[in-house]
Amino acid sequence: MQFDFSLLLSGKYHDWLLHGLAVSLGLTVVTLVLALPLAVLVALCRLAPSKILNGIAFTFVEAIRNVPLLAHLLFWYFGAPELLPDDIKQWLYDGNIEIVSAVVGLTFYTSAYMAEDIRSGIRGIPKEQMEAGRAMGFGFIQTMRLIILPQALRITVPPLISQTLNLWKNTSIATVIGVAELMYQAQKVETDSFRSVEAFAFATAAYLTVSLLITGLAAWYHHRYPVRTL
Amino acid sequence: MLELIQDYWLYFLVGQYPNGPLGGLVLTLLLAALGLLFSLPLGLVFGMARISPYRWLRWPVTALVFLVRGTPLLMVIFWAYFFLPAITGQKTDQITTMLVALVVFDGVYLAEIVRAGILGLPKGQQECARSLGLSYVETMRFIILPQALRNMLPSLVNQFISTIKETSLGYIIGLTEVSFIASQINVQVLTKSTQVYFILGLTYFILCFGLSRFAFWLEKALYRNRIVKAAS
Repeated sequence: MQFDFSLLLSGKYHDWLLHGLAVSLGLTVVTLVLALPLAVLVALCRLAPSKILNGIAFTFVEAIRNVPLLAHLLFWYFGAPELLPDDIKQWLYDGNIEIVSAVVGLTFYTSAYMAEDIRSGIRGIPKEQMEAGRAMGFGFIQTMRLIILPQALRITVPPLISQTLNLWKNTSIATVIGVAELMYQAQKVETDSFRSVEAFAFATAAYLTVSLLITGLAAWYHHRYPVRTL
Repeated sequence: MLELIQDYWLYFLVGQYPNGPLGGLVLTLLLAALGLLFSLPLGLVFGMARISPYRWLRWPVTALVFLVRGTPLLMVIFWAYFFLPAITGQKTDQITTMLVALVVFDGVYLAEIVRAGILGLPKGQQECARSLGLSYVETMRFIILPQALRNMLPSLVNQFISTIKETSLGYIIGLTEVSFIASQINVQVLTKSTQVYFILGLTYFILCFGLSRFAFWLEKALYRNRIVKAAS
C-alpha cells in the first residue's frame, strides 16, 4: 500500500484530522488557563505558615500525582457524574460531558505537577529574602507578591513550560473517554479507511511539531531570561 | 463498597487467571517490572550514546530521543499495535505490544536519566581516569558508571512509578491490566461507577505513594552515606 498524501491534504479525512488537532490545542489552552491559578494557589498553601493548609495541599498533590491520568479521566467521566444531583447531571449529559470531564481531569492532574514546580521555584529563593521582607513589615502575602514571586518566576517558568509539553501529550489520553481530539480522529480515520499509516503519520507529525515548538519556546526563554543568582 | 471488594477482589487482582489470561493488578505490576528491566540496558546504551564523543553515534540517538519525547506514549502504543505484526509477520498479543512500546518509551526517558547521572559527576573523575591510562570504555566501565548508577537509584524508583502509571494506557488496546479490569467490573455492576473508580484510584495511590516514599528515603540514605564516607 502506498503512502497517500492526497488523503491528508484534502477531503473529509483531512477535515477530521484538522478538527482533531484544533480540539487538542483547545483542550491544552483551556486546561492551562485553569490549571495555572490553581497550581499557584496549591503551591502557596504548601508554603503557607499553617499546618492545616500544608496538609490539604500535600494531600491534593500526592493523591493526584500517584494515580495515572487514565484513572482520573475514567473517574471524572464515569464515576463523578453519579454524585451530582439529577438536574445538573441531565444538563451535563445534554451538553458535551466528554470535554467537561477531560478538562476537569486534566486541570487537576496538571495543576498538581505545576504546583510542585512552583513550590520548588519559590523554595529556590533564599529564606533570608522572606525573613527580610517580613522584618520590613510586609505580610506573608505581600512578601510573596512583591519579593519572592518576581524572583521565583525566572526559575519556575522553564519547568512550567515542560509541564505544558506534558499537558499537550496528555491530551491524547482524553481519547479514552471519547473526546474528539487528534488521537480519536486518527483512530476514526483508521477504522473508516484502513489507511493507518497516513492517519498515524499525520497525528505523530502534529504532536511532534507542537512539542518541538514548546521545547523551542523553553530554550528561547532560558536564553532570554537566564536565572539570576545572588 | 465493602460488598464490591468482597465480590470482585480476586478478579481485580489477577483477572480471569487461572481460567483465562493473567490480568488485573498482578499484570500491571508484572508489565511495569518487565518494562523497566528491559528498558534499562537500552537506556544505558542510549544515555552513553547521547554524550559519546562520536558524532555518528550521538546524532541519531539524539534525534530518536527528541522524536519519542515529543510524541505521547499512546502514539507509540498505536504504532506498535498496528505495525509490529507487519514487521514480524506474526500476530502480536497485547502484552508483547505493550511491552515493546514501554521499552522504547522508557528506554528514551532512562537515557536522559543516565545522561544526567553521568554529567552530574565531577569532570575530574573522567580526566583523572583518562590520564591514568584507562581507555574511554574502561573509564566508563570502572569509574563513571558505578558512581553514576548509584546516584541514579532514586530516579530509577521514580521511573518505576511512572511505568506503573503508563501501563494503564494498555487499556486502549484491550490489555487486561487493572484499569481495564476495573472498567469490566463497572460494566458488570453498573450502578456503582463512583466506588469502582475510586477503588481503582486508591489502588494506584497506595502502590505509587508507597514507592515514592521509598525513593525519598533512598535519596536521603544515599546522601547520608556519602557524607559519612567523605568524613571518614
